[in-house]
Amino acid sequence: MTAIAPPVASAQRVRARPDRGRQGWVRRAPLLPALIFTIIVTQLPFLLTLWYSLQSWSLVRPGSEHFVGFANYVAVFQDSQFWTTALNTVIMTVGSVLIAMLLGIGLALILDRKFIGRGIVRTLLITPFLVMPVAAALTWKTVMLDPTYGIVNWVLRPLGIGQFDWIGQVPLLSVMIEMIWQWTPFMMLLVLAGLQSQPKDIVEAAGVDGAKPLGIFRELTLPHLRRYIELGFVLGAIYLINEFDAVYMMTQGGPGISSANLPFYIYQRAFLGFEVGQAAAMGVIVVVMTIIVATFALRLIFKSFSGTEQAA
Amino acid sequence: MMARSITADPELTTPAPKRPAVRPKRRRNNTWVGILGWLLGILFFFPVLWMVITSFKTEAQTYTSTPSIVFSPTLEQYKTVFDSGIWPYFANSAFATIVSTFFVLLLATPCAFALSLRPVKKTRDVLFFFISTKMLPIVAAIIPIYIAARDLHMLDNIFTLVILYTAMNLPIAVWMMRSFFLEVPGELLEAAEMDGAPLRRTVTEVILPVVAPGLAATALICCIFAWNEFFFAVNLTATQAATVPVFLVGFISSEGLYFAQLCAAATVATLPVILAGWVAQRQLVRGLSFGAIK
Repeated sequence: MTAIAPPVASAQRVRARPDRGRQGWVRRAPLLPALIFTIIVTQLPFLLTLWYSLQSWSLVRPGSEHFVGFANYVAVFQDSQFWTTALNTVIMTVGSVLIAMLLGIGLALILDRKFIGRGIVRTLLITPFLVMPVAAALTWKTVMLDPTYGIVNWVLRPLGIGQFDWIGQVPLLSVMIEMIWQWTPFMMLLVLAGLQSQPKDIVEAAGVDGAKPLGIFRELTLPHLRRYIELGFVLGAIYLINEFDAVYMMTQGGPGISSANLPFYIYQRAFLGFEVGQAAAMGVIVVVMTIIVATFALRLIFKSFSGTEQAA
Repeated sequence: MMARSITADPELTTPAPKRPAVRPKRRRNNTWVGILGWLLGILFFFPVLWMVITSFKTEAQTYTSTPSIVFSPTLEQYKTVFDSGIWPYFANSAFATIVSTFFVLLLATPCAFALSLRPVKKTRDVLFFFISTKMLPIVAAIIPIYIAARDLHMLDNIFTLVILYTAMNLPIAVWMMRSFFLEVPGELLEAAEMDGAPLRRTVTEVILPVVAPGLAATALICCIFAWNEFFFAVNLTATQAATVPVFLVGFISSEGLYFAQLCAAATVATLPVILAGWVAQRQLVRGLSFGAIK
């Protein structure tokens, strides 16, 4: 623990030792409001979800709830739609994170070089991330990807693609395009932060020694960026696994459930199907899945976190 | 040391004077890199630009198979949007954003203080706890939240959103504020303590001036997230407390008919955050990586 706690912290802890007890509570007091608030608002619902997942309960029939044990979980595991949407979630999350990261690395490498108007280009590039997701999804659905009036098809017309119905034919891909567009700037910013923390003199020395740019990138830059790229992967995955806005606005999960992911499917089950028990069981399953990803994430964040502090 | 929050600016951290001899070849390369950079920047920005351009068209100009680039701009769509009653949604969004951000800072600042400058035992566990709440999918919590709100007669109530947005942004703010507090020079604190200054004066006169930019950056990040939030808003509000993203949903039902008007509404909804984000762009990474990266 002391290895991770910042130097300031350990120094003060030594001094704090003699006056424990009341002094400890004085120190702890500023922390408590935030902690208690967070526990109540975020943890209580999850415990309730766990409880609901063991009930048979329909929102439209008040008083219908009764304990059914693991029946909801059995039903969920036998539900082929659940597996389809689970697979969609994996494809959307992994695909979008990977492509956004590749694009992000490319853009960050460009922004790391000096050129005229670099600040403006950087500002242009981060803008997609700032656009309200609902507005972004609407824009992509209509003026960008509309089969007849969308500008994408107009640009692709010389290639003979004509009036391709993106949302109807490749709904999953269309949603992913929107997600990648929104998340590439995030990856770019992380990688750029990594590039700019790289000691320039080593790279230059390697250049003087006659190393080829590609060799420098593979042998020096990429290993240095690894931490930032990993962080981008896990943070991106955590945010994107919960993607709801784009699916809701662009396809409503359709046609059928071909572009629905788990958050959207759970929403449908709970608020359109009124099946509280089953939706809760799915929620619990998603939580378990997320915890697996999050365990990696937490470890990584703390590693990079203590890393920057040591560097500071 | 104090300058570090400012030098998060990569333009400044790039040690320009350390690279005196730029070889001619490198310079020519950079011209091409610059052109590529500009092209890609415009490409990525294009959907936003197209949204804004379309918002100044008439509906007839929108429905042409060859997009009209040259046209006489009209404010007709904006007039329709503002006449169609976007204001209550705007007011709700502004209220939920500002009030939740206020509460976030109110709760997060002392908490981050306790976790950095006056660390308590189990600092690490508490930090872990905060960040882990951010990683649990909201969709798994929405059902109990909905039922609780219904039973407390808090559905379609703006304060429900305020509470949820506060909880949503609190972990980010705690982590961000902590990373700013850790930048307060230790010598400054010790000097203040040596002079026997009371804690309140140390906080207001030594710590606050140093973390003030951080406080502003944290507030901006929280505002961006609260303003853009959709999932809670669409599930927990109806007519009274609906926010701007919920207003935009109305356009998917009238699908395909009013592209220009839709773009005007989307532009109005998006503009505040784009501007805030441009201002806060240096701190964006820090907020998004929970302070892990500066």
